[in-house]
Amino acid sequence: MNATLLLVQALNGLQFGLILFLIAAGLTLVFGVMDFINLAHGVQYMVGAYLVAAFTAWTGSFGLALLLALPSSLAFGLLLEAVVFRHLYDRDHLDQVLATFGVILFVDEGVKFVWGAAPLNVPVPDVLSGSIELMDGLLYPVYRLAIILAGLAVGALLYVLVHHTRVGMLVRAGASNAAMVSALGVDIRRLFRLVFGFGAMLAGLAGAMVAPILSVEPGMGDTVLILAFVVIVIGGIGSIRGTFLAALLIGLVDTVGRAFAPDLLRVMLDPATASQTGRALAPMLIYILMASVLFFRPSGLFPTKR
Amino acid sequence: MSEPMLDIQHLRKAFGALTVTEDVSLSVETGELHAVIGPNGAGKTTLIHQISGLLWPGSGRILLEGEDVTHLPMHQRVCRGLARTFQITSILPGFSALENVALAVQARSGSSFRFFGDASAEPALNQPASEALALAGLAARAQVPAGLLSHGEKRQLELAVALATEPKLLLLDEPLAGTGHDESLRVVASLQRLKGRYTIVLIEHDMEAVFSLADRVSVLVYGRLIATDTPGGIRANEEVRAAYLGEEAV
Amino acid sequence: MSDLAEAQPVLSTGARRRDLVIPGLLFAAFAAAPFLAAASGAEGYVLSLVTRVMIYGLAALSLDLILGYGALVSFGHAAFLGIGAYAVGILASHGIRDALVQVPVALVASALFALVTGAISLRTKGVYFIMITLAFSQMLLFFIRSLAAYGGDDGLTLPARSLVAGQPLLQSDGRLYWASLACLAGTYLLCRSIVASRFGRVLRGAKENPTRMEAVGFHPFPYQLVAYVISGMIAGLAGCLIANQTEFVTPAFMTWQRSGELIFMVILGGLASLHGAVIGAAAFLLLEEQLQGLTEQWRMILGPLLILVVLFARGGIMGLLQRGRHV
Repeated sequence: MNATLLLVQALNGLQFGLILFLIAAGLTLVFGVMDFINLAHGVQYMVGAYLVAAFTAWTGSFGLALLLALPSSLAFGLLLEAVVFRHLYDRDHLDQVLATFGVILFVDEGVKFVWGAAPLNVPVPDVLSGSIELMDGLLYPVYRLAIILAGLAVGALLYVLVHHTRVGMLVRAGASNAAMVSALGVDIRRLFRLVFGFGAMLAGLAGAMVAPILSVEPGMGDTVLILAFVVIVIGGIGSIRGTFLAALLIGLVDTVGRAFAPDLLRVMLDPATASQTGRALAPMLIYILMASVLFFRPSGLFPTKR
Repeated sequence: MSEPMLDIQHLRKAFGALTVTEDVSLSVETGELHAVIGPNGAGKTTLIHQISGLLWPGSGRILLEGEDVTHLPMHQRVCRGLARTFQITSILPGFSALENVALAVQARSGSSFRFFGDASAEPALNQPASEALALAGLAARAQVPAGLLSHGEKRQLELAVALATEPKLLLLDEPLAGTGHDESLRVVASLQRLKGRYTIVLIEHDMEAVFSLADRVSVLVYGRLIATDTPGGIRANEEVRAAYLGEEAV
Repeated sequence: MSDLAEAQPVLSTGARRRDLVIPGLLFAAFAAAPFLAAASGAEGYVLSLVTRVMIYGLAALSLDLILGYGALVSFGHAAFLGIGAYAVGILASHGIRDALVQVPVALVASALFALVTGAISLRTKGVYFIMITLAFSQMLLFFIRSLAAYGGDDGLTLPARSLVAGQPLLQSDGRLYWASLACLAGTYLLCRSIVASRFGRVLRGAKENPTRMEAVGFHPFPYQLVAYVISGMIAGLAGCLIANQTEFVTPAFMTWQRSGELIFMVILGGLASLHGAVIGAAAFLLLEEQLQGLTEQWRMILGPLLILVVLFARGGIMGLLQRGRHV
């Protein structure tokens, strides 16, 4: 394990964390404001990836595809909201979990039906291809760097929106006490649709951005969804700040952990056992982290509700 | 002179910037009926929550018969003889009135880690429960699902359940709220019967009831205790009149 | 609004007696099925299908105990199926093929997993509980997948079904059927007793109003934990049976999609009725069979069906059956 490798993995972890943040942000706001648990948020991410893949193949330009994929993601999200989610706001969490689970089944199978089960390939756009030398001996892919910058920019934008605009204030108030906000005369349903749409678009953006570096395949949203939930549970539901910190933490722990767990264990165990244990332990790390956090803070690190 | 049943020392509770309980010290003697009055928002229910264990204070101590229970969870305080009713009546709606009380009896009769035998048919539990219901005037409604009882009946049931836990200290949170004139007379009469047998802390707005029942009265305003005295003393207290009774001077 | 905390209506003795009719019919049907199967000419297929129904019915039953009666939405229950199955598989791969060893090991392993994960999970409420149970089952899934010695992602084939006291009693489909039915019937009776017992009453009370239970002197946590452990052990037993039925163990038994399907089975049959969970499992598996025969995209039908059931048939099949009756 050397410093360069560590830095590269840390950057990868940062990139992964920012992607998780984009997905989890919508999830936490939706849950925080409307108390709506949306298991189908992961398909939003998947659909974003598929849309950008389809548009790239159609137009030949990744940039154009990205521009087309965003409003399409939004439209898809609003469609789901109108057809299914709207009827679930007054139901208990179990109903919401089951119904959104049904949406996952449908959409996962749906994309398989439309595009086939084989993963789609999206080429990295030429202008962002190749690697750049960040430091002496540290080469890093330009595209991944672009994702990091885009993720940070969106994060900053979200922060400004939530903490320095009237709408953002309503959203924060809604996350703390939706009934009260509604009683004050705010059209809580419209507020929610706004939050929901924005969150869906963020997830779609995340999916679109990772399409060139991950495999675009049916079910790709499912594992990411669970991670996103781990993020918002650790960060505290309804809190953008908590989500941001938790997402970065999870991204780093998962990426660096997977890369270096066998190496770290080699200090204590023989190489073969270390490798085996490392490989078994690495994917479990973030769940162990979540269990530990919830053990001491059963409502996450930054709970918004009392 | 033996120790007081309930001794609250310098209790303080704040939610962020809002201090709801500010340096409240109060002691209640065994057998006393101690009323706590104050305008809306004074923090009376929050005080009851801290005494019963639903909330923990930021600082201060709560002593039950000399034992420090400040950081004991509610169910352990109940086992030590504390019982309460809730401002918004809280019962088990799907269980019959009898079973609601029987559960309270069950909590005090041996282990509930029994996996065999029909609990709802146990005479050792049903017998005392039926008696408690009869005392509360609900004998005829024993089999009715508690959720279907009238508002007043639910309140009676909650009191019966509290008494079935064989408490030493009873915390009653506005038992007269929303009652009409006839019903309030009945509730006051039943509270009179309880007086002396139990130590009671009563939160109430109904001044007539408070002054006819209470041995002593404490007045809470904006989280602070501004006076503790006999009913007569409180009535004459200028500060209390100004802060609370106003034109409603009894 | 919250159906999960909906009042369970108190049953009069008349209704209680009627309440025995449906489970009676259900088990009578299970007892009659092998004979009908023999007559139908498709004996192997029917026996195998109904065995699978009973095994998943057992798992769903275990979930109903904590979900229907305890309001504990465990989204990781498939983990216990996996524990039971892999207990059989791993022991068999080391030459320990007797069920009299495998089943106790499976039960102990399930109990331990439930004890540890339950102790942590039950400190949380609501969606946090749902997610943490999901996360724990994911952890176990990844762990099992990483065990290359036991097949990893591809799973492990059993050379034969478990022996019972040294005898290959379960090798015939018929004998496995009766063993599964015995397990299901025995567990059903056990759970009915638990629900009506002192313990069950505390659990049900905690579901309806945890604060009220505390105010009466009960701390819900130990009761919920014990219920969670019992439930996990039953699902572990179901795992042992499924390993024997398929003669193959795979991490696919413990995906979160499987956990979701288990919850669906319970809801489909009707929460808090025990036999409802078994009926729900039957309905789900039979539906799945039919749909798979229709089209390869059967999940595109199952998904919306699930949504429709949640939106419009919340009480499940038992709910529909009981609408024509009075309490």
